[in-house]
Amino acid sequence: RRFHGSGSAAVQVTVRDALNQAMDEELERDERVFLMGEEVAQYDGAYKVSRGLWKKYGDKRIIDTPISEVTKPGVCFMTFNFSMQAIDQVINSAAKTYYMSAGQQPVPIVFRGPNGASAGVAAQHSQCFAAWYAHCPGLKVVSPWNSEDARGLLKSAIRDDNPVVFLENELMYGVSFEMTEESQSKDFTIPIGEAKVERQGSHVTLVSHSRYVGHCLDAAAVLAKEGIECEVINLRTIRPMDVESIEASVMKTNHLVTVEGGWPQFGVGAEICARVMEGPAFNYLDAPVTRVTGVDIPMPYAKTLEEHSLPQVKDIIFSVKKTLNI
Amino acid sequence: MSEYVSLTSPPPSAPAALEQTQRQPENPAAVSTRASTEQLVSIQTDRPEQPARAARVVVARSFTDFTPQVTFDIKKCDLHRLEEGPPLRAELTREQGLQYYHTMQTVRRMELKADQLYKQKIIRGFCHLYDGQEACAAGIEAAINLSDHLITAYRAHGFTYTRGVSVKEILAELTGRKGGVAKGKGGSMHMYAPHFYGGNGIVGAQVPVGAGIALACSYQGNNQLCVTLYGDGAANQGQIFETFNMAALWKLPCIFICENNKYGMGTAVERAAASTDYYKRGDFIPGLRVDGMDVLCVREATRFAAEHCRAGKGPIVMELQTYRYHGHSMSDPGVSYRTREEIQEVRSKSDPISMLKERMLANNMASAEEFKEIDIAIRKEVEEAAQFATLDPEPPLDELCDHIFHNEPPLEVRGTNPWSKLKSVS
Repeated sequence: RRFHGSGSAAVQVTVRDALNQAMDEELERDERVFLMGEEVAQYDGAYKVSRGLWKKYGDKRIIDTPISEVTKPGVCFMTFNFSMQAIDQVINSAAKTYYMSAGQQPVPIVFRGPNGASAGVAAQHSQCFAAWYAHCPGLKVVSPWNSEDARGLLKSAIRDDNPVVFLENELMYGVSFEMTEESQSKDFTIPIGEAKVERQGSHVTLVSHSRYVGHCLDAAAVLAKEGIECEVINLRTIRPMDVESIEASVMKTNHLVTVEGGWPQFGVGAEICARVMEGPAFNYLDAPVTRVTGVDIPMPYAKTLEEHSLPQVKDIIFSVKKTLNI
Repeated sequence: MSEYVSLTSPPPSAPAALEQTQRQPENPAAVSTRASTEQLVSIQTDRPEQPARAARVVVARSFTDFTPQVTFDIKKCDLHRLEEGPPLRAELTREQGLQYYHTMQTVRRMELKADQLYKQKIIRGFCHLYDGQEACAAGIEAAINLSDHLITAYRAHGFTYTRGVSVKEILAELTGRKGGVAKGKGGSMHMYAPHFYGGNGIVGAQVPVGAGIALACSYQGNNQLCVTLYGDGAANQGQIFETFNMAALWKLPCIFICENNKYGMGTAVERAAASTDYYKRGDFIPGLRVDGMDVLCVREATRFAAEHCRAGKGPIVMELQTYRYHGHSMSDPGVSYRTREEIQEVRSKSDPISMLKERMLANNMASAEEFKEIDIAIRKEVEEAAQFATLDPEPPLDELCDHIFHNEPPLEVRGTNPWSKLKSVS
């Protein structure tokens, strides 16, 4: 499988295991933390993310809920597609409560689960909800890419006193990444609201989140052979978005391409375009911002169709060259 | 003079409106120990220049004149999956009676004042009034502790009061002022207090949240419970049944209470529900159907339900049969789907406040004058609260963006245009 190096010597850890370890450590650290969701306990998690936790912490802390898409006051959605049924609770009971009560009622909760397209799960199970949730004040929306992201951001999310929507990606669960020793310590957290520059470059800025960060890095490797150096930014947090990092990069490279798995209209890329226009980086753009997104259709089932519904590395390469007018 | 003379007879029964199971003198007070007006006036020979007035009677009367405690027969509850239900008799002390009266009358007057302020356009938006249903809020609170938890839907002003928020803070919240309980940021449907979670605008959404609160009680092992209220309209919602399932499965200490006021907005229960036996709708969860116009019935039933939960037997459903005098909200006159005669009939025969007052008067537990004094004091409190609610300033604009997140350093919030950068403080 793939892996990407990220610094001083360490271990190969899958995203799944990173999430599992993060939850384990946070459950141990704070008695008040508990996990609930469909199949999180005895099934060890539908995608095995919560494997072993029930054995260790028992019925009180790890709770299997019946199939019940609306009433999930707790933590895990089997996929975020199901969260649409509970979305009223996420927005109206969680996100808005602290504001409506003028600070009397905080809601420290994490809604986590796989988001976006998987493989062959078809239209009703493949939607990306980043834009939907990131639209709402009162929520934090986080979208990790690699194992370090998963671990550090999940710990931060659990420790946060506010509602956090934690968008994982099913296709990433089994992917291994090198993790530094530091990133494996019990108190390693990644601040919510800070993006990371995964690769330095000078010709064009690529901004992405979740799985597509990997695609951007692959595209960058190919483009580097042609002398085009891409700067790749991993958003890590969708809301609040770290616009400053994007702007700083654009002011250096003068070109911006956004890459996401979600649909184009009213999406993450659209928001980035709007924000860049409103800030100092606009004057540094030598070309309009380009958005690379999923195709504007419900997700088909057939393999070839599915592949062509989502951004591929070649689409990113093509878009970079168009943006650079090459 | 002692009231003990009248107490050698068995306790008096409730007024004629309710079922009589014992033959008692209709009005034991008629042969009471209270001296007549003339007798009292004649005793006061030290002030010959003062004219004889009924007012003197109040001054001369001592509190030992009143019956300190009476046991009333109350309506039997219909039971579902229960071998036995709440007791058929309720004890009421004078102090409790006056307290319940005070609570219900305050809620009544507060809601009527809200009606007035709404018509003057000082209150805007949604305003769902609780008058007619006071016995529910008062009876429930009488049976639980402030350390227990409560959550309800949008017809919430009464519960906001019984859970400890002042009339002043409630009215000021309705008028959207900074002195409101949510600093003017919540409005009618979003008022909160310790162990009171609102005030919820989305029909039925508060029920899963209520079960979550009960889960927290069970998780923390604190012997507290959660009272989770919903209406007859919400009772048909899917999320209620999902909640019933989990609450029963995990034996959550949750009292689910359906306030059946006969209409879901403008739809009578018969037109909305295939089964209007709301106390049975919990299926595998035991249930009680309770006379929600009688504060004592509500109290006894809630006590019974609370014991059930605290004993670890799991959740229980209570249906309170009640009635609202106003329409669904202030934009509903409330007469296109029901008759004025119906409303009038309930007012004259089953008003919760009148019923309690008549009971107490008939059994010499208090005097008419005392009730009047309480009314006057409440009127004054509500009037002052309304004054405050009208004159208090609106929350300041620089607090517009506050309270987005808890325990966070201040953050920047985009205003209506890109140059408008606002500040949000936790």
